Amino acid sequence: MKTFFIFVGVMLFASASVASDKDLKEFILTNKASFHKSSSKTISPVIDSLLELNSGGTEKFLLSWLNKELWFRKSDGLVVTAKKLEKKSYKIFDVVDEQLIEVIDKKKIKQIKPNSGVRAIISSALVQFQLLNADPSIRSKTLDSIARKPEEKFRVPLRKAIEIENNLKIKNRMIRLEKLLTVRFEKNISKRVEVIRSLKNDLGIDVRGVLNQIIRTALKAEKVIPDNINISQILEPETGAIDQYDFSETNHSSSIEGSFTDLDAYLMLVKEGKAPEILTQKKLKDILTQQAEIGNIKREEAHSLDSYQKRIRVLNRLIKNEKVEPVVSIEDMKNIVSQYVFYEEYAESSREVTNSATETLNVINGRVSVFSFIDLILEGLSLASIYFLAAIGLAITFGVMRVINMAHGEFIMMGAYSGYVVQLFVTNYTLSILIAIPVAFLVTFFAGIVMERLVIKKLYKRPLETLLATFGISIALQQLAKIIFGTQARPLTSPEWLDGALIFNEIISISWIRVAIFVLSIAFTIILIYVLNRTRFGLETRAVTQNPSMAASMGVNPDQINMFTFGLGSGIAGIAGVGIGLYAKVTSELGNDYIVQSFMTVVVGGVGSIWGTLAGATLIGFLQKVIEWFNPSNTLAAQTYMIIFIIIFIQFRPRGIVALRGRAAGD
Amino acid sequence: MSFIKRNQSLNFVIFFFLFSLFVTIASELAMGLLSTSFVKVLGKTLMLCLAAIALDLVWGYCGILSLGHMAFFALGGYLIGMWLMYERTKEIVISAASEQLIPLTPEETKEAIGNQIFGVVGGSDIPIVWIFADSLIIHLLLIVIIPGLLALVFGWLAFRSRVTGVYLSILTQAMTLALSLYLFQNDSGLRGNNGLSGLQNIPGYGNLTQDVISVIFLWLSTFALCCGFYIASIITKSKLGNLLVGIRDDEARVRFLGYNVELYKLLIFVVTAVMAAIAGSLYYPQAGIVNPTELAPIASIYLAVWVSIGGRGKLIGAVLGAAFVSLISSFFTSGQIPNIDFWIININWVDWWLIILGLSFVSITLATQNGLFGLIEKVKERVINK
Repeated sequence: MKTFFIFVGVMLFASASVASDKDLKEFILTNKASFHKSSSKTISPVIDSLLELNSGGTEKFLLSWLNKELWFRKSDGLVVTAKKLEKKSYKIFDVVDEQLIEVIDKKKIKQIKPNSGVRAIISSALVQFQLLNADPSIRSKTLDSIARKPEEKFRVPLRKAIEIENNLKIKNRMIRLEKLLTVRFEKNISKRVEVIRSLKNDLGIDVRGVLNQIIRTALKAEKVIPDNINISQILEPETGAIDQYDFSETNHSSSIEGSFTDLDAYLMLVKEGKAPEILTQKKLKDILTQQAEIGNIKREEAHSLDSYQKRIRVLNRLIKNEKVEPVVSIEDMKNIVSQYVFYEEYAESSREVTNSATETLNVINGRVSVFSFIDLILEGLSLASIYFLAAIGLAITFGVMRVINMAHGEFIMMGAYSGYVVQLFVTNYTLSILIAIPVAFLVTFFAGIVMERLVIKKLYKRPLETLLATFGISIALQQLAKIIFGTQARPLTSPEWLDGALIFNEIISISWIRVAIFVLSIAFTIILIYVLNRTRFGLETRAVTQNPSMAASMGVNPDQINMFTFGLGSGIAGIAGVGIGLYAKVTSELGNDYIVQSFMTVVVGGVGSIWGTLAGATLIGFLQKVIEWFNPSNTLAAQTYMIIFIIIFIQFRPRGIVALRGRAAGD
Repeated sequence: MSFIKRNQSLNFVIFFFLFSLFVTIASELAMGLLSTSFVKVLGKTLMLCLAAIALDLVWGYCGILSLGHMAFFALGGYLIGMWLMYERTKEIVISAASEQLIPLTPEETKEAIGNQIFGVVGGSDIPIVWIFADSLIIHLLLIVIIPGLLALVFGWLAFRSRVTGVYLSILTQAMTLALSLYLFQNDSGLRGNNGLSGLQNIPGYGNLTQDVISVIFLWLSTFALCCGFYIASIITKSKLGNLLVGIRDDEARVRFLGYNVELYKLLIFVVTAVMAAIAGSLYYPQAGIVNPTELAPIASIYLAVWVSIGGRGKLIGAVLGAAFVSLISSFFTSGQIPNIDFWIININWVDWWLIILGLSFVSITLATQNGLFGLIEKVKERVINK
């Protein structure tokens, strides 16, 4: 007996938990009409009861509905799935058990095409199934869609999914999402507050979004503050703005940002229809035009109304003659404002919730600003390394040799294009970058040597003319690149392992390409300092730049050394071009963007020293980021201010940050 | 020969007077040989020559290679452009409102002008820098004052800290870049990268057609160029001129002789900046539009290129270089020359012109220190010596 009851109980339980396919079949049959042509307004109850049915086949059914795979037979309205057999005949199958029903002419069946509104409802109904899907990528995609469009009804399926989820990463996301939904939709206040407080270590932008939504306020004006509302603060309008109000001004939007004046208050009342409009120039003109049209103002007089005072005079006359309604005066305005209380009301009614949200948000924002600062430092470092990379070749040609090479930017461009050309032949990106670096070096090294032999060598005594001659080369090279490669930007694709970013947390992240550029700059610094200070070649270079004739008398060939030093500087510019090409688009004007900045970097850092260039790039990079941080919307302004800063900086340290002393300083 | 040298500026004035007379007769006003747009090109070229004279004074005579003079040039264009655009828009606004029953008040006119001019950058308020835009006289003064002041402050800072040679060139280039980046912003109050447009119309003379205006500006340009040349030749022949050359050749020695070198450098820097600004204020009404790309650093380098090709250190050389290169540039880039299509060589002159310019510039720099004018003199000397 006992076992029988248990057995029946188990049966009942089983049938209640998972309805058989038969029930689903029946349900579809009874509701067939609502599937044929559905509208987003009427379909919800049908889908809800379909979900309540909780059949194993529901997910499949919904999916095929969503994907427009459902058809119906015109004769009896049976909902089926169909498969094309020949041109005009289709096989139709049962929707649930997929058994072939018959082969039918195409004209006798019709495809069911749910509109976008219905599809949205179907896909949100599908969520609970997809959260349990065996494929983790589908689960994670479903989480994305919930995060994009959070709704209360996802909470239950989400909780169920958390229990059985075994992928830790997805599980954590689910738990977090569930928390966010709880914060938004939970009715139980103490539970909600608890969850809000638990979020204070979460830096996600979505968390801040949800919390900000909770503490959103609306500015309201009432004569008496209603009871039982959650007020953020009562605003006391600052007096004086109405007294100073200039009626003759055509524009009268609000005053200083962040303050709430009595004028703002009055304008708000006008907007809500609680106070009469202010007599602005526009309104005055409208009234007078109207009066002139109906003949209350004579035509000649209307033509003479070319100032505010004249118009007011006519208006006052019209008011006196009771032709128009009296207008609101300053005293009236002040009176009206004083009758009202202005306050900011939370959209959220619970005080506890808004308080905890404010507190949590303060904690989060505090942490965010700390991390943003660290991020700013990282960005500055990255920008500095880009500037350094662009300027390092110049640090040799201009810094050590004192040759003004305006075509330096074009060497950078040549390096970047060499990388592009290498990638045309070598499709493996890792390999192609590894090949591109020496190729770029060789190309620009020889270009540099050719230029040194043909042009610069003859102008060592005429620096200003070197400037102009190399500029001539610069425009020729730029145009040549434009003719060969066209005007559109060419891609220099980075290898896969440089894709994405190094992510520390939600706020601090830096792309791998920038990290690579940083590493490249460090490597350059070490190599160059080694070459210049520890090798025979470096010694001879320094000797020749300091005193060529003395160097020559010691057996050094200044001619040759100059040639190779210039080649080295140019070659390094070429490698820098590969690095910069990964980060920026490769165009014929690539070099243009860096040339002035590069010269600035070398001059600020101190001519003649690699360390100086490093210091200059660091200073300029950080400075630009800091200025951008103050005014993030305007990078142009940041560059402007930076250049002005540099001009002033040179006033105080004309020889740059690292000034050479003694004989090395030259003249 | 000696007559030419003695009365160089007189010859110069006579030549350009005859030139303008000839152009006027050949223009669409009389014979119609030259199109209005070509007359404008000639007028603009004259103003580029004036800018070249300014640069030659400061570079060729004083040794300061300024890469900022085209910035002063464009600044002059902006300053006259503000008045032209404001007054022109005012006319349009007033004539548009003349149909209404009640005329506009001054405030309403201002608002309508603001909407018209700054609509493109999403504003309607007239920025504070336009405060004098309705007064021609003040703006004519500003053409002198603002570039002059900028040159004064910048020059003072630069010369005071003894920045010389190529460093100074780079510094002036940086100043130019800063100025152009500033003007590129939409909230600079000067319409961002749209610049000022519609400058070819003269407010108050709406009934004048462009062929008349082009000739008027040609004569104004000729007048300005002759004045500029005259002033420049006075400066170069005076004691000041000798001093400038002295500074160019050995600055330290002049300083040791007791002269305040910085003061003279500053003086010539400011004077030439104003000269360039005046040239710009006559150039841009003929061009019709001025925008921040006009003062990109490259424009100033081009100016230096012209002076150098023509022959620096000689006023005539500068004029020659600017006129020759800018005219030949506009000739090559106008697309009037048929492209060469031979076997695999396919030369499109619009594209290849810059390469030719760049390379010929390199070769002229290498071949001679004094540019085309120097070359001409050399040839002359040889002919005479033979």
